[in-house]
Amino acid sequence: MNQRTWLHAWLMLLPALVMLLAFTHIPALSTLWHSLYLPARSGEQAEFAGLDNYRMLLDDEVFWQALSNNLWYALGTVPTSMVLALVMALWVNSRIRGRTALRLAYFTPTMLPMIAVANIWLFFYSPEIGLFNQLLGSLGLDSINWLGDPDWALPSLMLMTIWKEAGFFMIFYLAALQGLNPDLYAAAALEGASPWYRFRRLTLPLLMPTSLFVLVNAVLNAFKLVDHLFILTKGGPNNATNLLLYYIYENAFAFFDSNYAATLTLVLLVLLILLALLQFTLLERRIHYR
Amino acid sequence: MTNRLTRALTTAAAWWLGLLWIMPLIYALWAATHGAQFTTHFDPFAPLTGEHFVTAWQQAPFVTYMLNTLIITGLILAGQLLLCTLAGYALARMPFPGRGMVFALVLLQLMVVPEILIVENYRTLAGLDLIDTPLGVGLPYMASAFGIFLLRQTFKGVPQELEDAARLEGCSRLGVLWKVYVPLAKPTYLAYGLVSVSHHWNNFLWPLVVTNTEQSRPLTVGLAIFGAPESGVDWPVICAGTLIAISPLLALFLLFQRRFVHSFMHAGLK
Repeated sequence: MNQRTWLHAWLMLLPALVMLLAFTHIPALSTLWHSLYLPARSGEQAEFAGLDNYRMLLDDEVFWQALSNNLWYALGTVPTSMVLALVMALWVNSRIRGRTALRLAYFTPTMLPMIAVANIWLFFYSPEIGLFNQLLGSLGLDSINWLGDPDWALPSLMLMTIWKEAGFFMIFYLAALQGLNPDLYAAAALEGASPWYRFRRLTLPLLMPTSLFVLVNAVLNAFKLVDHLFILTKGGPNNATNLLLYYIYENAFAFFDSNYAATLTLVLLVLLILLALLQFTLLERRIHYR
Repeated sequence: MTNRLTRALTTAAAWWLGLLWIMPLIYALWAATHGAQFTTHFDPFAPLTGEHFVTAWQQAPFVTYMLNTLIITGLILAGQLLLCTLAGYALARMPFPGRGMVFALVLLQLMVVPEILIVENYRTLAGLDLIDTPLGVGLPYMASAFGIFLLRQTFKGVPQELEDAARLEGCSRLGVLWKVYVPLAKPTYLAYGLVSVSHHWNNFLWPLVVTNTEQSRPLTVGLAIFGAPESGVDWPVICAGTLIAISPLLALFLLFQRRFVHSFMHAGLK
């Protein structure tokens, strides 16, 4: 009986497991394998290169720039969109006038593909006739070459990303807020706690697990979402907005060096696995806390 | 008194932010429905025009793109529902040695997402001769860790007595899954389905890598080519094309917005 259950369990898991292994675990391992080879010339066997690709990586200025861009990009988008998301959720969850319409307005960018969003924002940022520069002009300020100036290009991308993501994270906060126990708030109100005190001492700590969850997802998004680069900057000017995954794409499908692309992918994998471990240990603590 | 003032200020701030958030979309609508001379010149009495939509429609095969997107998202969703239901049930209700390890392997995919493995997955698909096919775009996403996790959590919440009763009446394991668990998990299926469809409808990088002909490109990839500066299309037409591309999902979202929002919340809670 028991062994039949085992057999059935494995049979039911088999399709999913095969696909998971084929498109997640095995590729993750073969990334490592391929990063140790040089690209095969036509008709020849790929040549074993040992750590050559990694030496190249350490000397590759574009890689270091993409990595640092990516870290700045995460730092520039994650905290701001999280705070905005929390504020939005608090507003939409309160008895504010027209909250359904507000929720709709905040959430709509989430439903749009990044490509469509970038198409629209491209015009906001365009140098001559762009909306932002017209706005600056009407205030008597000099116009900015938003996407063409290396100092402004990455912040411009960040601004758009914050707009796109905040409403998505709002949903998680909203779900958590609606699950909070109203008795706690009734008790706090009885004690005469001010709204700000209630927020700081009650809401914020109770939302900690949600914040952690959102944080991890937001950081993950900062590394895996590069669609807008294809429309807005193509990683330029002069790699000022190149991000890791975009650089991987360039190496694999524009420069046709899939082995170096594998080397870069491995770096990204290690980064994400570290992130996963961090999340895991933090979550463990949360479970103990409960 | 101060209370009412704070409330008024908060409401104003919330509305101001809401306006700011919806503005880009409103703006695209404005640009697409007015003559090119009104693109940056706002005049409430500017005449409306549909010509940009006609031009955009003629410049790119939007019908083909939409059909491709529909086929890809449908294929992915069908695969996900089947694979995740079976795996979710096995992980929730069937004790077997190694279950913890299998579950950990599944969860790993939450961080090591298929999006970043484009290089190796492209190699695999080329080996399977599936480049430039809808199935090729869909395959890497079918065993979704998120779906397995979500369904496992839901199935665990189903009372064991229901299963035992059905088994006593001679129902097979798959029969129980189909007649007891699946109907009870309907809200989860709906939530997961909406999240999955909106994700894959909007997905870009992997479809870009895998497709290379007009016949197989989904909307997002088509839109990127359509809107690329090199293709020299003018601004209102790009806006019109963008609106055409986003309209199916956006219309669905606006019609069922409550359901969408609740689904995203439901999926986020687990």
